[in-house]
Amino acid sequence: MSERFSPLLFSILCFGIAVLYIPIVVLIGYSFNASELVNVWGGFSTAWYTELLHNRQILNAAALSLEVGVVASTGAVILGTLAAIALTRYRKFRGRLLLTGMVNAPLVMPEVVTGITQLLLFVSMLQFFGWPHRGFTTIVIAHVAFCTAYVTITVQSRLMSADRSLEEAAMDLGSGPVRAFCEITLPIIAPALAAGWLLSFTLSLDDLVISSFVSGPGASTLPMVIYSKVKLGLSPDVNALASIIICVVGGCVVLAGYFMRRADRRRQLEIQMADR
Amino acid sequence: MERHGHWLIILPPLLFLIVFFLIPFAFALKISFAETAIRVPPYTDVLAITPDKHIQLSLSLSNYKYLLTDEVYAVSYMYSLRTAFFSTLICLLIGYPMAYAMSRSSKATQNILLLIIILPFWTSFLLRVYALEGIIRENGLLNTALLRFGLIDHPLKIMRTTLAVYLGIIYSYLPFMVLPLFATLEKLDNTLLEAAADLGNPPWRAFLDITLPLSMPGVIAGSMLVFIPAIGEFVIPSLLGGPDNLMIGRVLWDEFFNNRDWPVASAVAIAFLVLLVGPIALYQHYNVKGMEL
Repeated sequence: MSERFSPLLFSILCFGIAVLYIPIVVLIGYSFNASELVNVWGGFSTAWYTELLHNRQILNAAALSLEVGVVASTGAVILGTLAAIALTRYRKFRGRLLLTGMVNAPLVMPEVVTGITQLLLFVSMLQFFGWPHRGFTTIVIAHVAFCTAYVTITVQSRLMSADRSLEEAAMDLGSGPVRAFCEITLPIIAPALAAGWLLSFTLSLDDLVISSFVSGPGASTLPMVIYSKVKLGLSPDVNALASIIICVVGGCVVLAGYFMRRADRRRQLEIQMADR
Repeated sequence: MERHGHWLIILPPLLFLIVFFLIPFAFALKISFAETAIRVPPYTDVLAITPDKHIQLSLSLSNYKYLLTDEVYAVSYMYSLRTAFFSTLICLLIGYPMAYAMSRSSKATQNILLLIIILPFWTSFLLRVYALEGIIRENGLLNTALLRFGLIDHPLKIMRTTLAVYLGIIYSYLPFMVLPLFATLEKLDNTLLEAAADLGNPPWRAFLDITLPLSMPGVIAGSMLVFIPAIGEFVIPSLLGGPDNLMIGRVLWDEFFNNRDWPVASAVAIAFLVLLVGPIALYQHYNVKGMEL
């Protein structure tokens, strides 16, 4: 049902959306500014983009961030899916309350607190076991820990709505539990796994605070480089870098949303056909 | 095998999170009782084995005493609470009408609006804060436009003020407020409103008596999603705020990175956990339980 709503309501909605988008649009606009002065429009130019390609510091940081993002989100999807299965399929087990707590805690835990506690663990571990050295490994572990929470919640809601009887039917027909899971349940929850991976990847790519705490000398992720550049003063190449990141991530999200909806719709159609 | 098979699924995430999420808090607690020392890592041992094979436990409460005596900590704690509270309130005042308007529009429009609101949530937090700086800085878009239209004579000073911190938090967290509000408002039963209208109630009356009370779960969820991360916020006060805008997250960061005082930073983290995060988590736990009943 659609209802007419007052012009006031409509203008607040437009205002809110404008507030969300104007800064991003302006940022992208400035990234094509030929002038080095931020408040003077010096004509259209892609100079800052070419400059990025020659900035070794930024390229290295981008490579590290992408690597961390891929490894961490893959790890988080594996652990998060296992946790989601454990929490939806096994009603009672020792440690259930603990697991529930640890899955929800990162959502309320301030990043500065998570960051410092994990760093202290890594430092103590290094003292006793000689592992892990601060850098890539510690950043990945820290990211897996907080991304797992988001994956678990995403997959959990999908699993709860999935029809368990299909899997049971497959097992009645003689497939083992692993095969029944892989052939029946996995395709059903696949969109949630993809969404969880994508969410983890963007969260990992974006994380400044936790990475800053647990990283060591020489390992700077992209947000760490951007933060220090912004802190030192405006540098126009950050505009170009920011525009690229925003467009790539935004494009990925829109595409992923589109494909997931299409897959979902096809699935619904297949179910309808099967019912007939 | 069949009986213990489920442990293969439960144990990996359980053990990983225990080791890398839970145990770190024990280490932070331990090191908050240590003292700063010039060595690697930069604190004294709390637990040590003396040469004559005795375990020595040396707890120092000096960090906690320091938190109580230096008023920076109490001030920044209250300041974080106040900032988070008022920005949550403003987010609610802007977000509620937005969510309400969304819930009243047609299904097709709803999907597009939803995507528009969700998209900023996926884009980098740090970059959005940086983008906001481009608007509100002295020679930014806002001042340029206001000067051009002759509304002001001198550029407004927004950057490095409390106002900038508020703007930053509201701008960054508005989608977190709108989404849960929309989810509850969308499910609202329209027949109730129609019944109220049939019985002669003006729309504002129906809104106050029906819509608002029924949307309370969304109001609470949205407020939590804004309030909780806003208290511990570091990036916004650090990039947009001035030296006075000391939020607790920033104090912890400075203690750790600038003063290199790991024990005091740990004590700040533990105090933060006990005073703020703990009560919120407990509140949520019981709130959810209460709703299930």
